[in-house]
This record gives sequence, structure tokens and C-alpha cells, in this order.
Amino acid sequence: MKIIYKKPEPITKTHTTYCPGCPHGIAHRLVAELLEEMNLTKKAVIVWPVGCSVFGYYFIGTDAVEAAHGRACAMATGIKRVHPESFVISYQGDGDLASIGIAETVHAAARGERISVVYINNGNYGMTGGQMAPTTLLGQRTTTTPYGRDAKLNGFPLHVPEMLAAIDGPAYIARAALDSPQHIIQAKKFLKKAFTAQTKDLGFSLVEMISACPTNWKLSPVEAMERIRREVLPVFPIGEFKVAKGVE
Amino acid sequence: MEKKVIINEERCKSCGLCVSVCPKHVLRISEKLNSNGYHPAELFDNDNCISCGFCYLICPDAAIEEVRRLEPVRK
Ligand SMILES: Cc1ncc(C[n+]2csc(CCOP(=O)(O)OP(=O)(O)O)c2C)c(N)n1
Ligand code: SF4
Ligand code: SF4
Repeated sequence: MKIIYKKPEPITKTHTTYCPGCPHGIAHRLVAELLEEMNLTKKAVIVWPVGCSVFGYYFIGTDAVEAAHGRACAMATGIKRVHPESFVISYQGDGDLASIGIAETVHAAARGERISVVYINNGNYGMTGGQMAPTTLLGQRTTTTPYGRDAKLNGFPLHVPEMLAAIDGPAYIARAALDSPQHIIQAKKFLKKAFTAQTKDLGFSLVEMISACPTNWKLSPVEAMERIRREVLPVFPIGEFKVAKGVE
Repeated sequence: MEKKVIINEERCKSCGLCVSVCPKHVLRISEKLNSNGYHPAELFDNDNCISCGFCYLICPDAAIEEVRRLEPVRK
């Protein structure tokens, strides 16, 4: 029998702390597969965020640090500048990256830091119980928008890739989704380009991954994936927003 | 015949995503219990599995450890 797929080496034996069906685990596997395929595992330093993925260093076996809430891009900047030979990934949620850490993110992008950001958009603050995030959809009910997000009161969903693509520092900016096998294959292709932007020293790279939070959305894992296709992707479309020469 | 999908029952959290994406409907949530109290997924119809790997791709817990395909028999 020929092996078609095999669990990547960097995924540790430790079981994750994520809820059943949480796509954080899919994103972890994609990162691990690429580290293995691109021979980067030994060089990799992953900066983990505050949020549900706070224990990420137990689940992917590379060198790692834990950043204060929102500061992962700033920490990644320091590590990459002191150890330019290392491969630095910043793994962040939408509360972490787009809310408390938006300044660190935008300036790391504007400086063109040679780091790769994996940005998980699940539309709420998962770890703290499902409060509104900058990415929460209009009309979406969360614990802090119990009648649905109201534009007048709560503002509009933030489109981070579109925003970052407008500045000069980034070499690769894209949005992918983790709801189906087809989209997961595409997400891996996008993430590979983001990693290549760093290995070729071209600049900052970020891939937003449209994810789900079945627990706080109060949906089954299968229903949560369906909601991504029905409600989230029309607002947050999949695509590549900036591709510098040499990334492919 | 050897299994085409190798499932690590201890890692499985019974989320059902693999069952939902399988185009040949050869996976199901079993009656077994693992030590975390989850009913692990199982491949109940190995013959009809086409080794597409959709279950591997969607599994958030790396519980689908391997997907294998039968090598064509050469004469
Ligand atoms: C400085 C600071 N403020 C607030 C918190 C509380 N807190 C912990 S996790 C979190 C939000 C995480 O949400 P997100 O980044 O979307 O990740 P998810 O849990 O959804 O994966 C917050 C506000 C904190 N730990 N530190
Ligand atoms: S709370 Fe949401 S984001 Fe956090 S592990 Fe559970 S499903 Fe995933
Ligand atoms: S996708 Fe993975 S964790 Fe979910 S039921 Fe299938 S084998 Fe178990």
C-alpha cells in the first residue's frame, strides 16, 4: 500500500486542548506539514498568542515563545532580527491580532519584517467565552452583542488582509478557509507562499484562515463549517491580495 | 485487506467532521469509548474507501494518522 497522507512529524503526541471540531487543529497540521516538507522544523521559532492556542507549543514541537496578548508580531520581529537565520512564525487569533494587537501587526507589516503570520479568524474571542471580535459579522450574536452586532453601536467587521495589502512592506497577503477539504488544500498552497516569502527574504507575509468556533457559535462542528460557507465567506472572500515577485 | 485509513482512536474527539466529508460514506462514529470518553470514528467499509484523504485533511486532531492506497498490480 502506498501512503497518501501521514501525520506530520512536528505534531506532538500531546492531545490538543481544543474543543471537538475546532479548526485550530487543522491550521496546526498545515503549519507542521509545511515545516516538514520545506525542511524548516529545526530552524523554526513559533510565537504563540494569548487565546485558545496559548498552549500551541505543546502541540507543534519546535522552538517557541509565548507572547503577551496581541504582541506576537513585535516579539517575532525581535527574534527574527537577532536570529535572521531562524524561521519565525507568529500564530494569532482575531481578538489577539486584529484588536489588542492591531498596532503591532500593522507596523510589522509596514516595516516589511521577514516573519510569517498565521491569522485565525473565528469571528469571536473563543478562549474567554465568545465575546465580539473585530471580525464578528453584522447581526452576529455574541455574549457582548446579545441582539446581534449593530453597525451603529459596534462598528463594522475588519478586513485585515485587504488593509495590509494597501501598504508596501508585505510580500504576500492572502485569505483562505478551513471549512472543507478543497479549501484546506488551497489554504496549504497559500501558506506555502507565505513561508516562501520569508525563506526568500522578500518581506512580511500573512495568511488569514477563516475558522470556526463551534462551542461559542453554539453549533455542531459540521454545522459550524456550513455556517462558514453560508455566512462568513460572502463577507470575507478567499483570495490572494498581494503577491510579490518571486513568491511563487 | 489492510486498512486504508488508520485512525488513532485515543486522539479522536468524535467531532464527526471526517464522517461529514467522506464522499463514499465509509466512516462512522463507533460505539467504542476512548479513555477521554469520546466515541472514536471508524472505517467500517474498507473495500469502498477510495483513499481520497478527505478525512485526513479535515481532521482537527491528527487522529487520522495515515491514508493509504492499494498499489496497482503489475503483471
Ligand atoms: C492584556 C490582556 N487582556 C485581555 C486578556 C484576556 N483574553 C484572553 S484570550 C482573549 C481573546 C482571545 O481571542 P482570539 O485572539 O480571537 O483567540 P481564540 O481564543 O478565539 O482562538 C482575551 C481578551 C489577556 N489575557 N490579556
Ligand atoms: S472555544 Fe472556540 S476557538 Fe477555542 S478551542 Fe473551543 S472551538 Fe476552538
Ligand atoms: S475528524 Fe478526527 S477527531 Fe473528528 S471524528 Fe474524525 S477522526 Fe475523530
